[in-house]
Amino acid sequence: MADAAQTIAVPPSEEFKGRSLWSDAWRRLLRNRAAVVSAVLLASITLACVLVPLLSPIAYDDVFWDSVSAPPDFASGHYFGTDDSGRDLFVRTMYGGRVSLTVGLVATLVSLVIGVTWGAVAGFLGGRIDGAMMRFVDILYSVPFIFFVIMLTVVFGRHIVLIYIAIGAVSWLDMARIVRGQTMSLKRREFVEAARAGGVRQSRVILRHIIPNCLGPVIVYVTLTVPNVILLESFLSFLGLGVQEPSTSWGVLISDGARIMETSPWALCFPAAFLAVTLACFNFIGDGLRDALDPKDR
Amino acid sequence: MDAVLEIADLQVRFATPEGEVAAVNGVGLTVEPGETVGIVGESGSGKSQVFLAVMGLLASNGKAAGSVKFQGEEILGRPASALNQIRGARMSMIFQDPMTSLNPYLTIERQLTEVLVTHRAMSRGAARTAAVDMLERVQIPEADRRIGHYPFEFSGGMRQRAMVAMALLCQPELLIADEPTTALDVTVQAQILALMAELTRSARTALVLITHDLGVVAGLCDRVLVMYAGRVVETGAVRDIFHRPQHPYTAGLLASMPRLDSDVATHLQTIPGQPPNLQRLGPGCAFAERCPRVMDRCRVERPLLRTISGPGAGQDGEGRMKACHLEEL
Amino acid sequence: MLRFTVRRLVGAVPTLLLIVTVSFFLMHVAPGGPFDRERIVPPEIEARLAHAYHLDEPLPLQFLRYLGDLARGDFGPSLKYKDFTVTELIWGGFPTSLKLGGLAMLFAFVAGVSIGTLAALRQNSSADYSAMGIAMTGIVIPNFVLAPLLTLVFGLWLSWLPVGGWGDEVKFMVLPVIALSLYQVGFIARLTRGSMIEVLRTNYVRTARAKGLPERITLLRHALKPALLPVISYLGPAVINTITGSVVVEQIFGIPGIGRYFVQAALNRDYTLVMGVTIFYGVLIIFANLAVDLLYGVLDPRIRYD
Repeated sequence: MADAAQTIAVPPSEEFKGRSLWSDAWRRLLRNRAAVVSAVLLASITLACVLVPLLSPIAYDDVFWDSVSAPPDFASGHYFGTDDSGRDLFVRTMYGGRVSLTVGLVATLVSLVIGVTWGAVAGFLGGRIDGAMMRFVDILYSVPFIFFVIMLTVVFGRHIVLIYIAIGAVSWLDMARIVRGQTMSLKRREFVEAARAGGVRQSRVILRHIIPNCLGPVIVYVTLTVPNVILLESFLSFLGLGVQEPSTSWGVLISDGARIMETSPWALCFPAAFLAVTLACFNFIGDGLRDALDPKDR
Repeated sequence: MDAVLEIADLQVRFATPEGEVAAVNGVGLTVEPGETVGIVGESGSGKSQVFLAVMGLLASNGKAAGSVKFQGEEILGRPASALNQIRGARMSMIFQDPMTSLNPYLTIERQLTEVLVTHRAMSRGAARTAAVDMLERVQIPEADRRIGHYPFEFSGGMRQRAMVAMALLCQPELLIADEPTTALDVTVQAQILALMAELTRSARTALVLITHDLGVVAGLCDRVLVMYAGRVVETGAVRDIFHRPQHPYTAGLLASMPRLDSDVATHLQTIPGQPPNLQRLGPGCAFAERCPRVMDRCRVERPLLRTISGPGAGQDGEGRMKACHLEEL
Repeated sequence: MLRFTVRRLVGAVPTLLLIVTVSFFLMHVAPGGPFDRERIVPPEIEARLAHAYHLDEPLPLQFLRYLGDLARGDFGPSLKYKDFTVTELIWGGFPTSLKLGGLAMLFAFVAGVSIGTLAALRQNSSADYSAMGIAMTGIVIPNFVLAPLLTLVFGLWLSWLPVGGWGDEVKFMVLPVIALSLYQVGFIARLTRGSMIEVLRTNYVRTARAKGLPERITLLRHALKPALLPVISYLGPAVINTITGSVVVEQIFGIPGIGRYFVQAALNRDYTLVMGVTIFYGVLIIFANLAVDLLYGVLDPRIRYD
């Protein structure tokens, strides 16, 4: 019988190039066409909104008395037409985009900070503190937030910072739940035990081991929170409770456009299209990230 | 008499984003009525995929080619509606993890009786009686009460017994067991295997036992097939394989089994190296890199499975084959 | 099961208390009283009005008084619609809102699950992509955009359906229900598809097929229930979304439901009406969540033994 224990020096037939999880995920993401197209589209929209002064010399509150309710016309420079007050819709749509996207980002950031902190602390400390913290989340879950946001805006006025905070404050619940769940399962994993056994301080454990490993689902969630936030802001603006004149957002533009849609459908269609496309892009990217970070054969 | 199962030149390929993977590469085997065949191999050897292909249960990105005959009838590639006449009734399969293989949202009763209702057109009442009877035969205590329970209320061993019961309800000609005891406690393992042996023997059901554990095979099987990298590398009667393995891989597997009577101080023997990357199999023998008896010829020319005769063949000379360039181990 | 229900009901009390307290103090903190919008009222009359509505009492006292009234089911008089109490207004508008919301949720569930299941069964086919395209459209087009668009196309251009109004005839319900439910249809469709795909890949579905069960039975008996569990969980948030959406849809289509009152009341500082609607919806949501949890418990045997 052969001596199977005899180890033979065998030249490696191929190199095993180590692939980190992140590069694997990145590769999978790039293969997702919808996500890539969406990212490009989103970047273009953002760029257009930011660089609008370069694209058109018109200011967003300039009034053109002789071109009221004019349909889109490339030659005249009113690419998207004008509204019933004679203001250029292209520029207004781009400026509105700035506001909507900024609200999306900032409010999401607010909800991210609150949610991740809440969830990580609750999950890590466990026991009664966790119980109490998550009870609070459960209570808030049942609250019709939209009503409170509306009340808040009525009470405190329609200041833009308030909108950031109010919207962020109502959107952190899911994030907290997810981070807490992740933390709880990570807490029990061997590498955390190893860190603790090695004498690492609790705060460092949370920071260096737990939070980076939560990153995956958190990133996915952030990408899916942004469209919800933008939607919430448009909703408020549509009701007349969002950003104030003379500032504008897509929600305001849609509200105005709906009013005059019979005679000037372009006033509704352009901002609506931009809003819808932006939301779709975020959704596709979020889906793509989710698949890339947690692949299941599609 | 017709062989129960006749597989010839079976290939199973999976389409992955990184290219095509050949999980099974030309496997052939025959199972006679009433016999017990062991299929041994490590993870990735393709042993499970062979039988998933036979049952028509491959994942959506898998494709099977070749020939599979069940009682003389070609079944490979036939549509699910045709296979459903055979599956569960004349040919059954049980899987490795009984917890995930049973539907957690349905009672045991439901999951057992539906087999009889579908294949034997029994009424729910009659099916229930037959199911309780079967559960008693697999030694589940208080079967009449327990049958109304959900899978999560059973222990691991009980769940697997229930699965065995479920598979044998229609008295199939063939039972395929894919690593049925791997997920269970060692003490329970022996019981389940004994149970399966007894039930299949008394009903003259052919049994295919897929495992990576040679110990499981020893007590139970008439014949053994050893698989490596999607191919069969050795077959033979179980006693002969154990006493006179003719392939270095088989020998390695046997040597690596820890034995109670060995000296505590000795190292555990292993087969050096790693299982091959199925996407990049070279022209030669897949085991060449890890083989202690490798020759230059092995790296260039893949050894075909051939019947061995001469001193290597055991008492039952028939069916003794190996895929190795060596004449004798 | 009973213990579970009671426990949840008891747990709902703090939520309710929170809603009531926050609403109350928010509304009273707001600058400007309910009568500021109208003609300038001479001080004595204003004082008398304030007294009549108890607005001159210290805030905590007003709060307790309010709680007492609530316990008796009295939301107080509407400060704007002088002839009505809030209770009357809510009861008047609720059946309409309920009908609209109920139909919207029913439609969303049925359409969403059907589309999602179809997409899952024909994964990566053109049917799948079109189904998910429709779903995505529903999700990204806000209802306040959809409603005017639908009205424009079907009401003004094609004249198939009425532009607004509400009645018992089906034609009045079509557009509002679609506008209100489309987001949920999309969300539920995507949810169902994802869930169904996962379930179809499980070991227990593989076992069902290995048993030779007809595919139809495998789908209906083994796959559907587990696949729908996440959708059932979503019903709670779905109720909230529908209520939120109704605020806009009722306004656009001129439907006499509660949602329409809310925004106006908020802007008018009609405290009692605002609080009444908020609390009412809060209770509704709590009960809806409770019902969903109970339903989930019925469907998933593992949860029952909690």
